[in-house]
Amino acid sequence: MPHDGDALWEFLSGQGHLAERALSTPDAHVPLSDLAHGSSLGAPLEEFSDRSVLVATRGQLVAALALIELSGVARRVVLCPPDVSAEHVAIVIATAAVDTVVSDQRRDVAARPHVRTVLAGLPQRVSTGLSRRTRRRTEWILLTSGTTGAPKLVLHTLASLTGPIARDTAPVTTTVWSTFYDIRRYGGLQIFLRSVLGGGSLVLSDSGESTDAFLGRVAALGVTHISGTPSHWRRALMSTAARKIGPRYVRLSGEIADQAILDRLRALYPDATIAHAFASTEAGVAFAVSDGRAGFPAGLIGDARGAVEKRIGDVEMRIEDGSLRIRSARTATRYLGDGAESLRDADGFVDTGDMVELVGDRYHFVGRRGGVINVGGLKVHPEEVEAVLNGHPEVRMSIVRPRKSPITGALVVAEVVPTRDDLDDPARARLAEELLELCRRQLPRHKVPASVALVRSLAIAATGKIARSSCA
Amino acid sequence: MTTAHDTSLRTRIVEEFARVAREHGKTLAPLTDDLALLDSGLDSLCLAIIVARLEDRLGVDPFSAADDADFPVTLADFVRLYEDAA
Repeated sequence: MPHDGDALWEFLSGQGHLAERALSTPDAHVPLSDLAHGSSLGAPLEEFSDRSVLVATRGQLVAALALIELSGVARRVVLCPPDVSAEHVAIVIATAAVDTVVSDQRRDVAARPHVRTVLAGLPQRVSTGLSRRTRRRTEWILLTSGTTGAPKLVLHTLASLTGPIARDTAPVTTTVWSTFYDIRRYGGLQIFLRSVLGGGSLVLSDSGESTDAFLGRVAALGVTHISGTPSHWRRALMSTAARKIGPRYVRLSGEIADQAILDRLRALYPDATIAHAFASTEAGVAFAVSDGRAGFPAGLIGDARGAVEKRIGDVEMRIEDGSLRIRSARTATRYLGDGAESLRDADGFVDTGDMVELVGDRYHFVGRRGGVINVGGLKVHPEEVEAVLNGHPEVRMSIVRPRKSPITGALVVAEVVPTRDDLDDPARARLAEELLELCRRQLPRHKVPASVALVRSLAIAATGKIARSSCA
Repeated sequence: MTTAHDTSLRTRIVEEFARVAREHGKTLAPLTDDLALLDSGLDSLCLAIIVARLEDRLGVDPFSAADDADFPVTLADFVRLYEDAA
């Protein structure tokens, strides 16, 4: 049975002012009112009823329009980011029992019988009456960004996805959201849904657009709320265009927000609320912290030893074997697929795999369980070393990787992007030595990099996170 | 017999021992040929870093290259390992 709030169009039509609200890309500016009498889909809406629909468009705008139209209508929507390989798309189609593909390209994405491809684009006026009746509770399928192998398919509902979004305030038409993320990933989808539910507009990024050009549009369109990963923000800070925007709300998620990036954003946007959120595709949004300090207050976990969980809002958190576990109505329901592993433990908690340590009155994220480097039997989380390196005023970003050692199994080595790219050789040698000295002061010996290499740039994956996949 | 090339190799190895000892706050024993590595004042982490840096400088890692090379006991053994690999 459909319930209130099962369809995005219900929120939009209930709020009104749709002509004043828009979705923007470099090429298009679409008022939401265009969907009142038009459709982005090249087939009548009722033909999507009870379908499992893969939304596989190149651009984000058509995907956003299709999601608004299909939610509450299709049985299932599967959000496919553009960087998923054809081989993995085929696995996704089989696993999610996809029977319809929505695409903005004139080619057959599925390339298999019994799967229909429907072309989608900017809204076209529909001559016959357009009925946007909520028919069902649509399943939302998100793909996780595994570093290797096929993505996992994660089942959410609109209720679990919108659980973290406050709805106690009236919609504000003048809010303009933007995100460095792709909205077909959890972090970006949160921003898309906030713009829909919160009453505002949304400025979408484009994969072919430079950071400078994107921030230029963000400035021109008066974005008030903007989100990205710490890596997105470190790259943005290398752009002079970052000084032209004046957001009221800056959000970081998807990676560890260290003190250096929080301090730099605070210095650049002194009047903004700067929040770092903890979220994952499986666990949903657990919390957001906006006190300007890295980590989160120990009080959010009931018992420092981790035996007892504590409830904040509708989220319960506990720590077991060093990792953060989350139980809430915002977590995903399950993984799709025969023989898929369980997403929650017996108590209903999702293990995030994110390791935390108590330092004083705060928990700090130290890294991923799977990302530990073993130096002669001693563990090193690359992220804790990166946090020290990033704290140096002349460092923009860094990555710490393992290097094989015949003596200790592994050593840690660092690559660092300096804030200035015009350093001469003596200056580079001086900076590398200072960084080693900084690490020696702040870290145990086995965590100090055996070498620090200064590089011009570091790869950022399509997920917005620093690309660790090339690790040895 | 010791060639000029070998002498410079030994010098570079000794330099690296001294640098890593300094970085790690270790007191280095006098680096004579018969000094046992275990008595050098350096632990395995220091030796691992020395081997990594020598690989960067010399382009060889004789520890990983040899299938079942005996682990060097003295400084002379250590230097010979690099001489043989060069």
